[in-house]
Amino acid sequence: MNNPSSQPNGLNPQGRRAIEIVNAGLARRYRKERRFRLYGISAILASLLFLSFLFGSIISKGYSAFQQTFIQLDIFFDPAILSQESLSTANYPGIVKQSLRQMFPEVKSRQDKRMLYRLVSSGASFQIRQMVLDSPEMIGQTLQVWVIADDDIDMLEKGHFDLEAPEGERRIKDIQLAWVDRLKKESRIEKRFNRILFTAGDSREPELAGILGAVAGSFYTLLVTLLLSFPIGIASAVYLEEFATQNRWTDLIEVNINNLAAVPSIVFGLLGLAVFLNFFGLPRSAPLVGGLVLTLMTLPTIIIASRASLQSVPPSIREAALGIGASKMQMVTHHVLPLALPGILTGTIIGMARALGESAPLLMIGMVAFIVDVPGGFTDPSTVLPVQIFLWADSPERAFVERTSAATIVLLAFLIIMNASAVYLRKKFERRW
Amino acid sequence: MTVDVKTTAGVSGIGQTGRILYDRESRETVGEPFVEGARMTCRGVNVYYGDKHAIKNVALDIGRNEVVAMIGPSGCGKSTFLRCLNRMNDTIDTCRVEGEITLDGMDIYGKEVDVVPLRAQVGMVFQKPNPFPKSIYDNVAYGPRIHGLAQNKVELDEIVETSLRKAGLWEEVKDLMTHPGTGLSGGQQQRLCIARTIAVSPEVILMDEPCSALDPIATSIIEDLIDELKQQFSIAIVTHSMQQASRVSQRTAYFHLGDLIEVGDTAQIFTTPRHQLTQDYITGRFG
Repeated sequence: MNNPSSQPNGLNPQGRRAIEIVNAGLARRYRKERRFRLYGISAILASLLFLSFLFGSIISKGYSAFQQTFIQLDIFFDPAILSQESLSTANYPGIVKQSLRQMFPEVKSRQDKRMLYRLVSSGASFQIRQMVLDSPEMIGQTLQVWVIADDDIDMLEKGHFDLEAPEGERRIKDIQLAWVDRLKKESRIEKRFNRILFTAGDSREPELAGILGAVAGSFYTLLVTLLLSFPIGIASAVYLEEFATQNRWTDLIEVNINNLAAVPSIVFGLLGLAVFLNFFGLPRSAPLVGGLVLTLMTLPTIIIASRASLQSVPPSIREAALGIGASKMQMVTHHVLPLALPGILTGTIIGMARALGESAPLLMIGMVAFIVDVPGGFTDPSTVLPVQIFLWADSPERAFVERTSAATIVLLAFLIIMNASAVYLRKKFERRW
Repeated sequence: MTVDVKTTAGVSGIGQTGRILYDRESRETVGEPFVEGARMTCRGVNVYYGDKHAIKNVALDIGRNEVVAMIGPSGCGKSTFLRCLNRMNDTIDTCRVEGEITLDGMDIYGKEVDVVPLRAQVGMVFQKPNPFPKSIYDNVAYGPRIHGLAQNKVELDEIVETSLRKAGLWEEVKDLMTHPGTGLSGGQQQRLCIARTIAVSPEVILMDEPCSALDPIATSIIEDLIDELKQQFSIAIVTHSMQQASRVSQRTAYFHLGDLIEVGDTAQIFTTPRHQLTQDYITGRFG
């Protein structure tokens, strides 16, 4: 009590006691706050740790898929083989095999020859065919051509191949290893950027498999989803929020919209199967149906986000518009909707990002089929990126492991771009009132 | 003290002997609620929010080129009554309005009446300045645009300029037309809202505590403005401040718990109120 600082002038004894009680509790209060901050920071650190682990594992597994091993062959465009009437049906595998035999003349037995042919991908002959069809004047010449190596050789080059295992259990035999060594010495083996991954559809051969088919499928599916769910979602939200009178019916609708947002996505797949495929007879595996199913799935999300965004527009803006004689429609379209639009767009993009990553409902409507061709429209059979990842993850070949991760990287990149654009839009169009 | 009020004959639903007999719960109004050649007339107005009887049997006229102030303690229904005059209460689902309110002889709650032109004729200025988050120009031009009052850009520019001049804001903002209206100070925003209201050439302007969010200097500017505007418009203003009511208005109406207690010349109301409740309120015994 003799401490002058705790006894300011004019403070009555009661006030002095209160100050002492407050001071006594201060340390405890600050300790509590520090502890709470610590919890927060450690929670964030933990989630960052998991996130970096996820990204680290996917990228470290998948980055090698962006490169592909190529082998240089001396291809003799043999007029004897290519002199047929139709260049497109000539024996191109024969040309590749002939070239390999010439490079390794010591290989004589049938079995060894078959192993030799296995060094290059079956896609090599398609590559030669395309070259000939593009410029037939090269017939008769001998050219050095880089052809795609087989996926086993590719794995060997990338160090994913276990050479310690006994020869009988290996997919690459010792004799093939020797050939590869010789090709390397002649610097006829090289790793290049894997264009096929981005320009081809699916394939049974890992070295020929690409994600373009799945990306195109995802694009068409999401386009259908966006074109349907955005206008329907906004219209529903605007009607419910601005026009509908609050009664038991609107309460019922609201509860059901919230329920639909929580329904497992596979249920929407079953619904799509029963309604769109079996009842309306729409084509199976088509982006059109996938888009319809994902529309059902994203609509509740978009409606809820839009309603929240409309609610956050201050009522004074509505009164101002109505007060000078704007009709309700003008009030909505001129004032309320433009102010709510950033929030609506954010909700839509997040809904679309969810739809992009969705695979379960699409399995139910047959978008899980093995489809080589890149879809060119809304009714072509196709698959989508997450389903492609699922399919590749299921494949036994070692080379599909890195492609699975590579496709995941691409999917994550799309998701990050979409979510970043949602943040950007919100920041850009955010208005203060 | 009580003066028996006789309503004009022939008004639907209201007897010749006076409306006070009509609803026993309501108190009778003291003073002179009616004027010659009124712009707006209200007869037997009852407003309900669900079961709550918010306005009880109110009769009041708003004359030409006059400012009518409505005062009373919080929750007395003065804002609710004001919002009946341009049917802003329509936006509240549970709100029900009974009685007859006319604008130049036309029943504004009539079946054939469209609220959109009505609100163009009876403009409103709100408690909190609420400019649109658009440019100053667009704020004022919005009303004329949606009603098609201007044939071309030149006419629209003219309407915007005259409206801003009348609102006493032109000199301050003439070089800032493309700046956002929300960037102005509170008092300027409120004058912008007044300019926006008069841009559609209303006949009556309703003001719901237009100065309650403003500082004293901005308030006095608005009060001077109201004084000028009454040359052209009829104005009904709700205010919490009795000083303001006495400064700007010609007639004052005192509301109490949904009843219109007393109406009269502003000077008379503040000097010699006839009703006990009015006297209690203006002497600060409650409020």
